[in-house]
Amino acid sequence: MDILNAIILLLNYIFIPALTYGSQLALGAIFVTLIYGILRFANFATGDMMSFGTMVTILFTWYFQSLGISLGILPTALLAIPFAIIFMILYMLSIDKFVFKYYRTNKSPPVQLAMVSIGVMFVTQAVVRIIIGPSDRRFFDGEKFIIKAREFKEMTGLNEGLALKSTQVLTIFVTIVLVSLLFWFLNKTKTGKSMKAYSDNEDLALLSGIDPKKIVMITWIIAGILATIGGALYGLDKSFKPFTYFNNMLPIFAAAIVGGIGNPFGAFLGGYVIAFSEIFLTYAYKKFLIYILPASMEPESLVQLLSTDYKFAVSFSILVIVLLYRPSGIFKGKVL
Amino acid sequence: MRKNLNVIAAYSIMMGLIILVGIFQSWNIALSIFNLCLISAVMTMGANIQWGYAGLINFGIMGYTALGGLAAVLISVDPVQEAWSAGGFDILMSLWLIIVMVLVIRFILKRFEKSKIRTYSIATIIISGILLIRFSAEPGIEAIEAVDPAKTGFLGGFGLPIIFSWIVGAFFAGGLAFIVGKVALGLRADYLAIATLLISEIVIAIIKHEDWLTRGVKNVIGLKRPAPYEVDLQTTDWFINLVEKFNSGKLEIISNLSDRQVVLNQLVIEGSSVFVKLCYSGLFLTVVIILLILTQKALYSPWGRMMRAIRDNEEAANAMGKNVVKQHLLIFILGSAIVGIAGAMLVTQDGLFTPGSYRPMRYTFLIWVMVIVGGSGNNFGAILGGFVVWFLWIEAAPIALFLINFFTAGIPETNALKAHLIESVPYFRFLMMGLGLLLIMRYRPKGILPEKIEIK
Repeated sequence: MDILNAIILLLNYIFIPALTYGSQLALGAIFVTLIYGILRFANFATGDMMSFGTMVTILFTWYFQSLGISLGILPTALLAIPFAIIFMILYMLSIDKFVFKYYRTNKSPPVQLAMVSIGVMFVTQAVVRIIIGPSDRRFFDGEKFIIKAREFKEMTGLNEGLALKSTQVLTIFVTIVLVSLLFWFLNKTKTGKSMKAYSDNEDLALLSGIDPKKIVMITWIIAGILATIGGALYGLDKSFKPFTYFNNMLPIFAAAIVGGIGNPFGAFLGGYVIAFSEIFLTYAYKKFLIYILPASMEPESLVQLLSTDYKFAVSFSILVIVLLYRPSGIFKGKVL
Repeated sequence: MRKNLNVIAAYSIMMGLIILVGIFQSWNIALSIFNLCLISAVMTMGANIQWGYAGLINFGIMGYTALGGLAAVLISVDPVQEAWSAGGFDILMSLWLIIVMVLVIRFILKRFEKSKIRTYSIATIIISGILLIRFSAEPGIEAIEAVDPAKTGFLGGFGLPIIFSWIVGAFFAGGLAFIVGKVALGLRADYLAIATLLISEIVIAIIKHEDWLTRGVKNVIGLKRPAPYEVDLQTTDWFINLVEKFNSGKLEIISNLSDRQVVLNQLVIEGSSVFVKLCYSGLFLTVVIILLILTQKALYSPWGRMMRAIRDNEEAANAMGKNVVKQHLLIFILGSAIVGIAGAMLVTQDGLFTPGSYRPMRYTFLIWVMVIVGGSGNNFGAILGGFVVWFLWIEAAPIALFLINFFTAGIPETNALKAHLIESVPYFRFLMMGLGLLLIMRYRPKGILPEKIEIK
């Protein structure tokens, strides 16, 4: 029984939260990696682009709510996401047209493009804050829990409860669907393959008749979809605050690089690597050990490797270690 | 003279703008903008040395600034004796352990060939060392943090004048830069940017959460000042006389003696804060001028030529026998040290250390906007960038308010859109910075005052 309790405890406090958080990071990391692989720069506006997408989702959600439309037990935001994606894609494409295109056609060095993306970051941040304000917004509605901790306890008779939030299931489910669609697109369709070819060797791809304009446009469209859905899922699960989104850029970068930047599959797994290590290293194992160890060996302290304050520091340290020993990432991406 | 006309013109316009703020808003605001402009200028000079001279991208400015600030705390605060006796020994032991650990790792790196076993053993040493330190320092840290947590709860500093911290801050930041440089300088430009950004976040996380050293988010307030206190000035005779002399024309108009006294008191209170700010301005200006002379000398020295050669063509410079790795590390340390000075200056001016306020937006990206806008590679440009961008950063809200009112003049006050826009006036500064950066990068990619190298 104690073993079961211990497993439920880990599931509840480590496994499910890490899986959710990892999925959110993974979507962002694929976004970063796509931009890096095809447009060849580190996009410092990642977090703010995600917050822009989320903001549009929230605005549509409010609009639908005011019309009285809802999805019942599912959050209304799901209905708003497709509209937000269209908005987001338009925003991305216009940014590309007015800002990035000039540097791309001039073949500017990647650093310059990264600097330009900082300009975009400032502007996007300003737009988001001017439109929706800097404060915390919750836009979740519908049924909050699939399994409540108390019900689970009553059902199974265990000491530990397992709470399963609907947003967690939703996040994991949507991520898996989206990522499988994306990989199918990249590996099986002609456009996807030409994107890979373009990322691999630009000159060769151009020689074989691939249209760079189309590739760039599709990249931004996919990026828009990923950014909006990733941002909206994070906002549904936690809450929407422009500043947190900006900060999330950092673990997202870490995930993309750890997975091997330029490699979408690496980025996907990188998200989970970062999320799991953050939560594994900062969880207090006291209760878990009490369950599995005999009574005489029960620990006194919290048995926490690092305090939760260092959550971010963990992912960054992993990144530094990876950069030192395997600069191309765990799954070989572009060599630095 | 002719050649430097654009420099002189740009600086006069900038000074004119600050003076206008003094006339139309108040001299207090103008001087506080001026002081922060000077501090920003020091930061931009640091970043400019790295980016403009050597082409190294450093997005970790926030971390070095915070370390400079930490230096100000550690130098100027009086030591907390009880905390030292409660947990000082444990902390010193941990420090010893860290030193021993570093020495052992160095020894292994020197004595053994590169192999998997070496890598793993170093990893084991680091992990077990961290665990050991954590468990051995735990009681000491708890004891220190328990000492009067509302007021102290940390070890305190050395109780020296805060001015010393400017130098110590440089050493702190330089030390960190040495470590970061050793780790990250081999990376390609954009990876270096990300790595330094993340490392600076780690530094902030440590400063924020190691309460025994920095008081963390509880902040350290009431740091010593290198300038006199306003309250003291207001009761000093020579200062009151000075203010009286300055405003004699204004005071003479008032015939009533008690009225005159009231006005004088008001003037003394205003004057005292202006005077204090002027003291700071003098100190900061000295630092800026010294650094400007040094960096200009360096730029035109053989060393500066070598740095530009390395920046423009690393391989060619390498082939000429220049040690690129070593020079990169050196310039990384120098630039970061200057940023460290600025960090200490900032905390000195504020008189308080608030780890929670270090955010990459303000302390990394804004500084980069300054460097790019001002003109990388040109020290005068970098300083000007610091002035222009900081000025806009502060004055963006009033400007935005004016523009909104101007364009929506026909719309009544009660209009929801207008009210919303006026409410979100503070965020227009981000918009202005972003647009400014984008426009400069597009139409004047070398900045307002571009790099101009004359071979004498």
